[in-house]
Formats: sequence, structure tokens, C-alpha cells
Amino acid sequence: MSEPMPMSFEPKIIAFVCNWCTYLGADLAGTNRLEYPPNVRIIRLPCTGRIDFNLLVKAFEIGADAVLVSGCHPGDCHYTAGNFHARRRWMLFRSLLETLGIETERIHFTWISAAEGKKFQQVIGEITATARAMGPYAAYQGLSQVQVGQASTPAAGLQTRQPEDAQ
Amino acid sequence: MARIGVFTCWCGENIARTVDVEQVSAALGQLPGVHCSLDYKYMCSEPGQSLIQEKIKSENLDAVVVASCSPHMHLRTFRKTAANAGVNPYRVEMANIREHCSWVHHDRATATTKAIDLIRMSVAKVRWDEPLEPIKVPVTRRALVVGGGVAGIQAALDIADGGYEVVLVEREPSIGGKMAGLSETFPTLDCSQCILTPRMVEVGQHPRIKLYTYSEVEQVEGYLGNFTITIRKKARYVDTKSCTGCGDCWNACPIKRNPSEFDYGLGMRPAIYIPFPQAVPARPVIDKETCTRIKKGKGCGLCEKKCLTHSIHFDDQDELVSEKVGAVVVATGFKLYSIGQQQDDGATTGYGEYGYGKFKDVVTSLQFERLLSASGPTGGRVVRPSDGKEPKNVVFLSCVGSRDDAKGLPYCSKICCMYTAKHAMLYKHKVHDGQAHVFYMDIRAGGKNYEEFVRRAIEQDGARYYRGRVSRIYEENGKLVVRGADTLAGAPVTIEADLVVLAAAVVPATGVRDLARKLNVGYDQYGFLLESHPKLRPVETSAAGVFICGACQAPKDIPEAVAQASAAASKALIMFGHEELTREPEVARIDEKNCAACFTCVRTCPYHAIDKAELLTPRGVFVKRTARVNPGLCMGCGTCVAVCPSKSADLAGFTEQEIYAEVEALV
Repeated sequence: MSEPMPMSFEPKIIAFVCNWCTYLGADLAGTNRLEYPPNVRIIRLPCTGRIDFNLLVKAFEIGADAVLVSGCHPGDCHYTAGNFHARRRWMLFRSLLETLGIETERIHFTWISAAEGKKFQQVIGEITATARAMGPYAAYQGLSQVQVGQASTPAAGLQTRQPEDAQ
Repeated sequence: MARIGVFTCWCGENIARTVDVEQVSAALGQLPGVHCSLDYKYMCSEPGQSLIQEKIKSENLDAVVVASCSPHMHLRTFRKTAANAGVNPYRVEMANIREHCSWVHHDRATATTKAIDLIRMSVAKVRWDEPLEPIKVPVTRRALVVGGGVAGIQAALDIADGGYEVVLVEREPSIGGKMAGLSETFPTLDCSQCILTPRMVEVGQHPRIKLYTYSEVEQVEGYLGNFTITIRKKARYVDTKSCTGCGDCWNACPIKRNPSEFDYGLGMRPAIYIPFPQAVPARPVIDKETCTRIKKGKGCGLCEKKCLTHSIHFDDQDELVSEKVGAVVVATGFKLYSIGQQQDDGATTGYGEYGYGKFKDVVTSLQFERLLSASGPTGGRVVRPSDGKEPKNVVFLSCVGSRDDAKGLPYCSKICCMYTAKHAMLYKHKVHDGQAHVFYMDIRAGGKNYEEFVRRAIEQDGARYYRGRVSRIYEENGKLVVRGADTLAGAPVTIEADLVVLAAAVVPATGVRDLARKLNVGYDQYGFLLESHPKLRPVETSAAGVFICGACQAPKDIPEAVAQASAAASKALIMFGHEELTREPEVARIDEKNCAACFTCVRTCPYHAIDKAELLTPRGVFVKRTARVNPGLCMGCGTCVAVCPSKSADLAGFTEQEIYAEVEALV
């Protein structure tokens, strides 16, 4: 990286991508040596339709500062319609996340085809810049370690169950 | 506990330049379950692969992670390597530290950290990877070909000549398709029927081809290697077995003046007819819409009286027959864009200004083929449909509906430039003092001897080419006035024509979308069927075991359609070369005990690979309802996993456990 900021915040970004379009788009970015920030970790799935959105919550739980879901363009899905299912599920899930208090600006949804190495580079650049600007996301980190009833640092809007409630 | 080996590749300098591979392999060696962690210059090379195999044996490994390039590059290679040394190939993972790391980052420290992360993810996943076995599917070595045009004929003959049975289904009363109605073919001017009819006869007589004409595919069940096809044999009212095709019936029929489908309405046919003399099978069919006897249930019946073999049965009904096949070849071909009328998709109605349907002497290119054809309604004399006079000025319009996003279709129909040149040429050969005028956008003559052919039309046969479009055609004093532009001369052009021929765009045949849905094959916005890969899998489709060829995929000329048909046939023959087929085992499964039987997955699955089923005890006692995956149909997208509310669906190779482990590795 050219920016000499050893002390600056480097976000952790997890990308859930489909095997046929975005994964290959990322491969193409590599083949064309298109440099982008090294913050992203790609998880390869057959299709965005495979993505159970609880995975996104899991990603925040283990400390991700931003999440990317990316698949084939509408109409290009290798499995005909998986990306539409993903999109529809995302539309529903987003309102749930808002209720939970997860900052939905930390979740990005894009279409990147196997030919769009350049777009992959751009998207990762933009997401990283946004995540850097937003700062670390600790609200959900380590949530799985939180014991029921323990007052930790709950996320805004998230109620941890109190012992007196547990009848 | 898994015994994992991690093998980090330098890829020469490609990885090692940016990623400190020694640090990587040392770091990975610390992970629990990793029994050996090595790096090597070229993991995919012969010594690299041998190294992996040696370590598998010496360290008794049961899972392998190769950190190198993209799995799209070498996953297959390393799976094979590991399998040969006794590790289940589905317990091999790749960490992509080249395309996703060393090639896109320059800072050595951060790239090394990222590489370690990526490999840790793969190690976490491989720990949970289950050993999988390829799925074996039995194969019925028999093919269905849908469509009996030149592509379907070629595919059927190739498969049948390869030694396997073919069921050929054709919607019309005869095979032959569009090509049977053409006069001559470009660029050789071979007589179309002379080259096609012998192939048609071959189909009719082939011992391994079962021909269903006047029939359609009603229903498709099953999957790759095991399709059950229901075919609707439309009531023909003629017993094709006892009929000899003598012609007594159609000569006797008094209702002679019905527009002939084969002549695109330019000629007439009786109510009982064969579409053209060389039809295969040469057996008539009764048009129930025009036959007095069938319409009224009584009366005429002259054909029945004349028939010496008693082959006419007015009480004939549609019949459904079932055929089992292992592969399907779709060759449903094309039709012409309906000029000035509503299209199948209801979208466009462009080009009313050309007066097609209003002026008798404005004809389509396929109608003009019939006027040119020696077996056509005029015996090959080019005459005006309105008054039978010889036209002295003929105007040809190319791109009617093609390359016109505003009024028609955005794509190029590919064959029109060539056949229009052919039309101009053949017209001149028949009407020596006539003049052909051609309006064109561009001349697209890419093909062997194609450009030379167009030059011949212009230079030898004197066709006048105007680069420009026609705005309007109207009738005046018995002439068709064609108003257009010559954009090269920069001047408007007005031609008083006797006949106008419209090269209408090529669109997919009627009903192809329905068929595609039955077969689970994708189609584009125009209804052209989608191939799996435009370059490397041009005849395969998203449905395993279903292949496409000819103009149902995109506009194409005869040599291309034939080449693609042979390609589709060879794909079917490749399948039939095996006793059974193997499929990737990365498919969905349902925990049937846990399944809440909501059947959301059944509705969601794009391949209809999940059925409603019943869970029974070994003794056959009903326990509960459940969803059940048909592994022969499942393509492994995993959409069911994400939609299952009871978390009973999972995808082998990408299980919930495996994916969550990957994410958690990033803590």
C-alpha cells in the first residue's frame, strides 16, 4: 500500500461471492494486475442464492467491519435465478438488520461479472474507503461469547435478556 | 481429527515475489490438525505433484490444502493428484493466493498476512470437508430430437448413424423445415430441395429413427440420462401405416382453395393435403379447420370413398405417447418477424408503413423463395401475386426488423444480406430485362465465398445497391412507390416497383419459450435458447443432457446450423459412450427427519430437483412428509439451503458447517 499510515485503521472486509461471475471477476483483476486494498477476504460459494444471510451477521460477529455480497448480473446467473433470490432475500433482510441496529451501510451488494475485473477493483476500493471512514465496528464483535444476562456492550437497539425476565 | 497437509506454491516468482512463502508455510504449520506445511516452486509441476503425493503417504494425510492459483485453474489437477495418492478428492481445497493476493498487492507484509488468512480459511473448511463420491446416473442410450428442419435432420442422422435410436418430433406434417421451401442456396446456388430431400428420405427410412410428424412435445419429466417425454400426436385423420400416399384423396377433395402453409399463402391446397410433393412421410393430413366432414360431422367424405386402402378415419383423436430418452437435442429453428403486426411476445408492431398484408405485391423473403422455386406455386416463374404479371422492377429491403432497436429488434439476423443478394441474382436469371434494387444498411458477407457472391450479384447481374433505408411504400397507378434514401449519394430515391421483397428479421419459432420451460433451458429476451457458454460450450445448455442447435439458438445459415447439429449430436453420442454417467457430488441434500415439510425449497429450486416425498420406516410405515432431492437433477446452486427455515437443507461441498468454519477462521 502506498499510504504510509501504520497506525491508521484498516478495516476487515469479508466478501461472499459466487463461483461463476464475481469470483472470476476477482481472478481477472488478478490476471490484469489491478491493485486494490488488501483488506478483503473472499469466500467462494456456488451462487449468491446459497447465501444464508445469517452468514453476514456471523461475519460481523467475528469482527468484520464491512461485508460484500456479489454475484452475477441479473439474467446471467449460472443457475438461472439464484441471484434474484439473493436480491429478494437481501431486500427483506435489510429491514431486519435495521431493526437489529446493524449499520446497513456496512453491507454492500453488487453484481460483478467474470469480465469485470476493473469493476471488482473499483468496488473493493470504494468499500474499503467507506469502511475506513466509518471506523471500526465493534457492536457485534464477540457476540457469540456474550453470556445471556451478562451486561457487555450491547449494540444499539439490541436487548440482552435480563435474569429477572427469564421466568 | 483431520490430518491436513498445506502446500504453498511459489508459482515461480508470481507468488514468491510478493508473498513470503516461507513465513506462510511456517505459520500454517502451527495450526492444529496441520501435519505438514511445505512450500515449493511449482506445485502444479510433476515434481510438485509428486511432493504432495509423497507427503500424503508419509504423513498419512487425509486432507490437502494447496495455496497457489485460482481453483478455476487447478482444483481439478490437485484433486486428481490427491485422489491418486488415496485422499478423497473432495477433501482438497485451494487457497487462491495468486490472483486474489500476490498479483493485486505490492506490500510484502500485508500480502503475506492476507495469504496466511486465505490459507487459514481453507484449512478451516477442509477440516469439515466430507469425503464425497461422484454420483452415478444410469443412461438411456436414446435421443429425442425436437424439430425436423435441416439441423434436426442432421442431428438425428448423426446420432442414428452412431448406432443409437432417435425419436424425431416435428410439429408440421412433414420434416424439412424452412430449407425445404427454399429455391437455391447461397453461395453455390445449389438447389435446396436437391440437397435436402435425400437427407429427408434417409431419415424416413432409417431403421433407428422413429419419426413423429404432426406431433409436439407435451411434457418432459426426469433428468440427464433419464428423460420421459410425452408426445402429442395430433389427429391426422389418416392412418400413415396403411396409406400409400397415392394422392387419390387430395385429388378428390372439393375444398381446394385453402392457403398453403408451405407456400406462405401464395399457393392453394385442398383440405386433405401433403405440404409438398417430396414430403416425408409422404402421407396426407386433413386440416380439421377446413374439412366439411370434420367441421360438420357429416357430408362430403369423398376422400374416404376414393381411398382404396381405407386409411381415412374421421374419428381420429389426438394421442399421447410416451418415450424414454437419455438426451434431448432442440432444433426448433426460426420464423420471420411479423411485419407490421403484433409479435409473439406482444412487444413490437413495427413497419406498417411498408404495407405488408395490405399490398399483395409486398412479399416476405420466404414468400419470394416460393416464387423462385421450381416446385413453387408458379412453377418457378417470378410473377406478381396480384395480377400474375412479370415484375420488371423489384425492390429488396434488407434489415426489416433487424438492427433496429426503435421499431424492431436490435440484433442482426445474419442471413438476410446473403439471401437478398441471391434473390437479386436469381431474379435476374429469370427476368433478363428486369432490374433488382436493394436497400441495405451494411453488407455483412462474412463467410467462405460470401463476399465474392455479393460482388457477383452487383457486378455480373447488375443489382443496384442503395445504402439507406426505405421510409414508406404506397400504391400508385398499379405500381408500388418505394421512397427511400441513398445515403452514399446523399439523395432521396424513389422507385416505381412492381414487386417488393422484405427481408424480415429472424425470430425464434412460435412456442419455443414453452418448450424451453419444459426442458429447463434458459432463453434470452427474444426467445433464443441460451447455450451454457458462448465460446466453449456452444451446444450445451443449463439443463444437463439437453443440447441445442440451429436457429433456435441464434440466427444462422445452413452450414452453421448443420455444423452445430453435428456438434449437438456428438455431445449426445459422448453421453451414450458410457454405461452410466458420473456427476459432481456437490449437490443438495435434505435432513428428512428434521424437514418441516414446508416445501419452500420445492418452490424455489430452479431445476425442479426437489420433490415432495414421504419418509417411511424400513417396514414401509409412514412417518412424515418431507422434501427430497433428486441428485440427478440438482445442479448444486444451494438456493434451497438459504431458504430452508428449519435448516434441513444443505449443500455437499459447501455445507453450512464448512462455510461458517471459513468465516470463523477470520476471527
